[in-house]
Amino acid sequence: MTAAILERESATLNGTAEEFRERMQSLEARLHDLEAQVRELKERAPESRVSIVVMSGDLDRVLAAFVIATGAAAMGFQVSMFFTFWGLSALRKNRKLRGKRWLEKAFTLLTPVGAENLALSKLNFAGLGKMLLRKQMRERQISSLSELMQLARDLGVRFVACQMSMDVMGITAEELLPGVETGGVATFLADAAKSQVTLFI
Amino acid sequence: MSAEPIDVKQELDVRGAKCPIPIIKARQEINRLQVGEVLRVVATDPGSVNDFKGWAQTAKNIELVRQEETTDSSGQRLFIHYLRRLA
Repeated sequence: MTAAILERESATLNGTAEEFRERMQSLEARLHDLEAQVRELKERAPESRVSIVVMSGDLDRVLAAFVIATGAAAMGFQVSMFFTFWGLSALRKNRKLRGKRWLEKAFTLLTPVGAENLALSKLNFAGLGKMLLRKQMRERQISSLSELMQLARDLGVRFVACQMSMDVMGITAEELLPGVETGGVATFLADAAKSQVTLFI
Repeated sequence: MSAEPIDVKQELDVRGAKCPIPIIKARQEINRLQVGEVLRVVATDPGSVNDFKGWAQTAKNIELVRQEETTDSSGQRLFIHYLRRLA
């Protein structure tokens, strides 16, 4: 009699233990899936990063790009700036003609060199407008483009020059400011994909 | 606005400076403070009021403790920001 009861109890306990094991296994599997999902979401979540494409070589537009870049860097964002086509002018430090083909020479001569030589997109009046804007900025204690560019470098902003545009315009790395990296679309997209803010100027 | 005194560790005078300089200078100063210490920024740029709010909203390591507006003896409007370093 007692033996029969014990046998029955033991069978029930075994059944419960089996059930318990199965539930544990299913919970472990779900936990594993959830962990994998969290990892994936973390990888995809944007960082505190700002990526800016600077295509324009207009003083006013490049100025806007650098106000945003320096402001973002000060706020704690990692900032990357990608300079393409006319935007490369802002990064140029000199003109080199030697070894270039005639079309490259023409581009080199007809595009401005450096922040100081960019023209306004509107009301430039062959440089007079730009001069007046600079005067106004100085008097109103607004930082010049050159100052903002230096600040951006001090704040650790990443400068990338588009290699393809450099090739098109015949600009060599020696003509660009020191510390400027070169890269392509994937360099931009790698940073842009991680960014909370992306701008095209 | 409450007038409780705030224990200020460092002062920053950015009177006359325009966007984005007040934020940049404040960042540089706050980097020199210990966690928990407060920087007092005196600015004349009216845009700095929203700028410091935006910065504090975005950054996790800054708390905008208080903002005040006052006028100096020459009638110049002053915008005063108290920022605490959190991390």
